Amino acid sequence: MSAVAETPQAPQMAPMRRRSVTGRKAADLVVKVFSWVGALFGIAVMAFVLYEVMIRGLKAWNVAFFTQTWPLDPMSTSGGMANAIVGTIIITAGAALIAIPIGFMAGVYLAEYGRNGRVATSIRMVTNVVMGVPSIIVGVFAFAILVKPLQHYSGFAGSVALAFLMLPVMARTTEDILNLVPNELRESGLAMGAPRWRVTLRVICKAARGGLITGATLAVVRVAGETAPLLFTALSSPYWITGLFGSGGYFGGPVANMTKSIWDGAQSPYPHMQALAWGGALFIMVFILGLNILVRVLFQRGKEW
Amino acid sequence: MSTVDIDIPPQAGAPRGSASAEPRGHRLRLGDPIFRGLATASGVFLAVAMVGLGVVLVIDSWPAITGLGTKMLTTVAWSPSTGEYGALAALVGTFLSTIVAMIIAVPLALVIALLLVELVHPKVARVVGTVIEMLASIPSIVFGMVGIFTIVPFMQDHVVPWVLSTPLGKVPGIEPGPNYAGGGVSVFTAGVVLAFMVLPFITAVSRDVMKMVPQVTKEAGYGLGSTTWEVMRKISLRYANSGIVGAIFIGFGRALGETMAVAFLIGSVFTALPHSVFDPGTSIASLIALTFSEATDKLQISALIELGLILFVLTIVFQIAAQAWLRRVQRVTGGRA
Amino acid sequence: MQHSTRVRLLLGVAALLAVVAMAIGAAACGSSSSSSSSASATPAGTPSPTLTPVQMQSGTNVGAGATFPAPIYLKWGDAYNTAKGVKLNYQPIGSGGGIAAIEAKLVNFGASDAPLQEADLTANGLAQFPMIVGGDVVVVHLNGVADGQLKLTADVLASIYMGKTTMWNDPSITKLNPGLTLPATKITVVHRSDSSGTTWIFTHYLTAAAPSVWTAGADKVVPWPIGIGGNGSAGVATSVQQLSGSIGYVEYAYAKQTGMTTTQLQNKAGTWVKPSIASFTAAAANANWKASLPSMYVVLVDQPGADSWPITGASFILVQKSQSDAAIAKQMFAWFDWNYTSGASAATALDYVPIPANVYTLVQKQVWSTVTANGSPVWP
Repeated sequence: MSAVAETPQAPQMAPMRRRSVTGRKAADLVVKVFSWVGALFGIAVMAFVLYEVMIRGLKAWNVAFFTQTWPLDPMSTSGGMANAIVGTIIITAGAALIAIPIGFMAGVYLAEYGRNGRVATSIRMVTNVVMGVPSIIVGVFAFAILVKPLQHYSGFAGSVALAFLMLPVMARTTEDILNLVPNELRESGLAMGAPRWRVTLRVICKAARGGLITGATLAVVRVAGETAPLLFTALSSPYWITGLFGSGGYFGGPVANMTKSIWDGAQSPYPHMQALAWGGALFIMVFILGLNILVRVLFQRGKEW
Repeated sequence: MSTVDIDIPPQAGAPRGSASAEPRGHRLRLGDPIFRGLATASGVFLAVAMVGLGVVLVIDSWPAITGLGTKMLTTVAWSPSTGEYGALAALVGTFLSTIVAMIIAVPLALVIALLLVELVHPKVARVVGTVIEMLASIPSIVFGMVGIFTIVPFMQDHVVPWVLSTPLGKVPGIEPGPNYAGGGVSVFTAGVVLAFMVLPFITAVSRDVMKMVPQVTKEAGYGLGSTTWEVMRKISLRYANSGIVGAIFIGFGRALGETMAVAFLIGSVFTALPHSVFDPGTSIASLIALTFSEATDKLQISALIELGLILFVLTIVFQIAAQAWLRRVQRVTGGRA
Repeated sequence: MQHSTRVRLLLGVAALLAVVAMAIGAAACGSSSSSSSSASATPAGTPSPTLTPVQMQSGTNVGAGATFPAPIYLKWGDAYNTAKGVKLNYQPIGSGGGIAAIEAKLVNFGASDAPLQEADLTANGLAQFPMIVGGDVVVVHLNGVADGQLKLTADVLASIYMGKTTMWNDPSITKLNPGLTLPATKITVVHRSDSSGTTWIFTHYLTAAAPSVWTAGADKVVPWPIGIGGNGSAGVATSVQQLSGSIGYVEYAYAKQTGMTTTQLQNKAGTWVKPSIASFTAAAANANWKASLPSMYVVLVDQPGADSWPITGASFILVQKSQSDAAIAKQMFAWFDWNYTSGASAATALDYVPIPANVYTLVQKQVWSTVTANGSPVWP
């Protein structure tokens, strides 16, 4: 480093520490080595997780896995997760049907109407704070308001629990995306005489379409892998869903789903059950990672707008 | 149904959000008020639902709060048959496993972030960065499965016996307590798996925050002859400090609430405190998950919901702390974390 | 009207509509639910609510509870589905979970290996009857020890589970097993983390056979002095499979079907016995069902008899005495009947002991006669 400024009236500063260049270079090298080692270790472990799931899961993937229902007899070597896959799709779709419209409109409110007003700020505050709530608590909440009073488990209760998790995420991302749309677009739309709602829906959302779809997809993906909220709400079932009502229906009884079935299979000492669980784990992982990649590729913005 | 009114009255350029944003027209325009009403209703519904969660939790845990008082937080006896509910073991287990997770995850995350920001080609950094972000979406249950089938036997047969054979094995907190069960299923194993669950998130945020450090400042440092590590330490980390701390808080909050992976790996010992990280224990979330559906006694149900409320409050506290730190980032760097 | 007033008016209308929609949804859901919810007592004589075709088609018996009988219940359900087309959705969440679920009327029937006492049955309006008898076994994970080789007395077992005997090569164990080489490793004790009838049976055994050593009581949940918890019999079995040097207790079917290493135990008569349908049947023969009416509460551990397996237990079904839906109730009892009359061979194949015919007659006469739907008995 350059020497201390040499003016006669220089204030008394502490003398410069004599630090050898080699010492500093050595420290730098050590840190770089640690960086590489640490990074490779971290990445290796993640790769290991993916590898394990792939290997064990692929072994379980056969035609039966995708077409047959959960075996009743744990000793059987047939059976699959078909009904659980469909069940998860139905439950997640139900959650999306609830959360995406409401979350989107809430985001519209926060970005377009409420803005920095008192109501909007309180909504934002409450939402941000509750967004990180553990999903088991949401499951308990859904049990208390939907399962216990109505006296039956239901896939709908599971959807409500998942929707609760999706709502804040959906509102937040919608607000963020809409805020990024330049004001000029709004002004020009309004200047044409279009009503406010039309400008918002047709002009702004069209412009922000990529981000909005990404946000909705990420919200869905986030809850697709959740187990805890479904433990006391949708429970599980070894059968196909039989309709909307009745003890095998979406609103009336327990509904099969992937995550609970994986949980059951993973705790089972029977090899075939464990294999099914691995197959399910791989499926969920592929599904989630696949959707992530898809939205990134299709709507290449990602974080930058 | 309103239509676009082509005769343009002088309303062009009305500012957003103002009441006069509606174009004047002689037709009854219901679209806007309905839309605005729906939007407002949704926003209010969102807040009401969130608050409602807290309210329901408080109401349903009230019998336990009044019936058990502080015993919930200070005693270890969890015994439904005698009506004693002391969740100290769950609290200790939750914090211990989360602390282990952060001790492992934070240095790793910082080091990976450093690598991505400074040490590798930007293209590689982008690919690796995307991979890490996607890894953040792997469900908890998958981690739990890999944990129970591969990491638990590995810990039990190799890692823990090795650690205990070194002088480290005598350190209090590592030396096994009376409930030691071999170390495979333990607070430590749960912490290790938790670490890799929060690692992607902390890495991603750290990397983003470090990338926001103005290039000019870093170049100034390099220009004066600093090494990469010195620039990182004295410049980048100083700038990114608040953001990283915010990310750590959020990661901590998430790890606190992790349920499924921990339930697999921590041992489900509700009635004894872990004396060491290699002892089995339990966590609040896994205790609730495993025993909620069999609670018949009103006090037991209420006690479990009170535990949920405690977890809820803890998570909120960490969220608020994280938000506060992250707002400091905005002030310092003028952007969003 | 002022703009802001219009907004507020519409807000109010939207909120009102939402509330109305939710109320309709809840009411629709409640009335079309086909599980045995009987929140409001319908006075005798009122016609049962007309069932929609969808309900009749669904034909699913929903049950939850013990993991002890789960293997046979699931097998029976599968066979009955093939034979009659009525499905069984049985969720093995533990006896405690089963009791909680039936008390909250969340399921059609609950299953528990820990029977309720008469007072609890009356308080909750439940009827209880035994469905099957089986045996708990002790499983270990020790390299070099084969199935049925290791011998343990009740005292040693109790001492292990109390945390007093901590090493496999403890003299008290090696003394009983002179032909085996036991490693100098710590015993990893595995018990149940959930509220379990299997635990109830196991701890009743320890209390009866080793009262001086086992002091933690006998219940579905006990203050375990040591050990880790597995979720369900399945969870205990998996834990023992994954952890070398571990010991656990599970229902026999889990151990037999997955090839786990079981131990011999010394019964009350002093004989060393292995778990098998013969030893379970010998123990079950001692049950005095008639004397146990009306609750049919019977404990089968530590029974006399040279061949008796010391940790035998019965598993019970719990139903609401007052059923809200006659068709669903009849459908459920038809399945129960089928289990008793046609399920014996499937049960014995899994080493469960079927309930003998004379006991079944007792069950029908004394317990099933008390179960009614809208005033009239559900069975026959």
